[in-house]
Amino acid sequence: MTQAMPRKNSEPRKNQFAVTLGRWAFVIPVLTINMIVVIIPSVIGLGIAFTDWTGYNVPNFIGLDNFQRLFQDEIFFKALRNNLIWTLIFLTAPIAVGLLGAYILSTIKRGQMIFRVSYFIPYVIASVVNVQLWRQLLHPRVGIGAWLAERGINFLDFPVFGTRESALYGVAFVDAWHFWGFLVVIYLAAMSAVDKELYEVARLDGATPLQQFRHVTLPSIRPTLVFTILMIIIWSSTTFDYVYMLTSGGPANASELMSTYLYDNAFSRFDAGYAATIGIMMSLWVGLAVAGFVYLRRRGWEI
Amino acid sequence: MQLSRRRVTSIASYTILTLMMIFALGPILILLMNSVKSTAEIGRNPIGFPEEVILQNYADAWEQGDYALTIRNSIILTGGTIVVTLSLAGLAGYALARLDLKGAGIITFYFLVGTSVPAQLFMIPLFFMWRGLGLVNTHIGLIIIYCGIFSPFATYLIRSYMVALPEEFIDAAKIDGANNFDVFWHIIRPLSWPGFLTAGLVVGLGVWNEFLFAVTFLSGPEFKPIATSLFAFQARFGRDWGLTSAGSVIMMLPVIVLFLLLQRRFIEGLTQGGLKA
Repeated sequence: MTQAMPRKNSEPRKNQFAVTLGRWAFVIPVLTINMIVVIIPSVIGLGIAFTDWTGYNVPNFIGLDNFQRLFQDEIFFKALRNNLIWTLIFLTAPIAVGLLGAYILSTIKRGQMIFRVSYFIPYVIASVVNVQLWRQLLHPRVGIGAWLAERGINFLDFPVFGTRESALYGVAFVDAWHFWGFLVVIYLAAMSAVDKELYEVARLDGATPLQQFRHVTLPSIRPTLVFTILMIIIWSSTTFDYVYMLTSGGPANASELMSTYLYDNAFSRFDAGYAATIGIMMSLWVGLAVAGFVYLRRRGWEI
Repeated sequence: MQLSRRRVTSIASYTILTLMMIFALGPILILLMNSVKSTAEIGRNPIGFPEEVILQNYADAWEQGDYALTIRNSIILTGGTIVVTLSLAGLAGYALARLDLKGAGIITFYFLVGTSVPAQLFMIPLFFMWRGLGLVNTHIGLIIIYCGIFSPFATYLIRSYMVALPEEFIDAAKIDGANNFDVFWHIIRPLSWPGFLTAGLVVGLGVWNEFLFAVTFLSGPEFKPIATSLFAFQARFGRDWGLTSAGSVIMMLPVIVLFLLLQRRFIEGLTQGGLKA
């Protein structure tokens, strides 16, 4: 995201209004379609949270009833908790692996491209394909677990997605598997821009590779790191595909997320008003992260 | 001493990188191998090389999954979205990059808000709006949605190419009396083709893989794109691993081939801005 550069043209002043309108005509189509698809329905979504709309009836205004119900809804809190766990998982494992991969890649001379491309491939594969892939690999009878069990190692031969204790972590693993390579590429790009002389100086001071990473690399890529952290916080609140396809939030809501609970309410239980209330909670989460983003940019961070 | 230590570091580096490569590509390789095994063999030999290559899985999956139809649907959605999105984003990107637009800051802010609203918030009202307009279960209805969602990102990507174009071309055209649209069409558009290509690849990939809106807005089997029909196919033939693996490979293969051919552009486009495919 970059700021539009103001430029000065020396146009005749005569019909300023027509000129301005003529320029805006180029952006109006994009703004209109975005308005129809995103902005107007979002505003309606904010409104229907205060109604008993099923999606099919004439909505009645019911004030804050949906919010009251939400704050007493155990499943919602379970989902919210799961979203928080999900966020923590994604803020640790993929970032750690991403930084490790990028750092090592930045130090090697040959084969950088082939590694980079291989790591990125899972990211371009559709969620529905990745889901099929891991459903089989983590299946207790025909997957890695069965293969290990035959060799006497019994730790993965249980239904990972069908067990309460493991369902959420199993799904998060699959999503993270497809995501970490994206972080490697982003961090590698940031690391390539670091001034080589800083490393030279650190080496002359006798810094080990780990110390170089800690004192040269990390501070230099800080804006990129913060950017990915904010992105992960935003995406973790709205993540849907992998949970919906692998567990639909089950078993017994063990892997329920706000997004799957919302979807269920809107399209299976005909409770559109309540679903919109959950949508507002998700928007609040995203809004806080975006506010953080804007705040850091205001303070002059290039993110 | 110094040299051998460097050597050790290098060996350790390549070992870790190779392990990570196996972690990324191994599962995909297993999917490819399982797609040519019989289901019975997958039971015996879930992650090894196939004892016997059975291509029949592909023929069966193509037939049972109705791939001729679903690929056609996906091509309509992907192609339609690319054409509409790039047209609108090209115009807007040009205005943001090249015209002294009063209030361009508002547009940036608008896009920032518009792209960070969770899809789940606007999807519910949108669904009932679309149903009222008769746009549910139509390809054009979903193309409009995809365009609304992807166009801000495409606009910024294309704009960043247009900003970098040299000034002289435009000045020369202006002296010849060309209006803004002429300048866009005859000068800027042809020169910024890399931006259009990159944006087109990102948008195309996003639509080809998209699941949430496709599963919500297209319920009729005759309209379903490859993503949601593959999901239904997997549910129908749940334990027939050879068949469903072949079905998944059919969806994945065009993406992988295109990615390997144009990986620079894909990576460049996908890592710019916050778009999660």
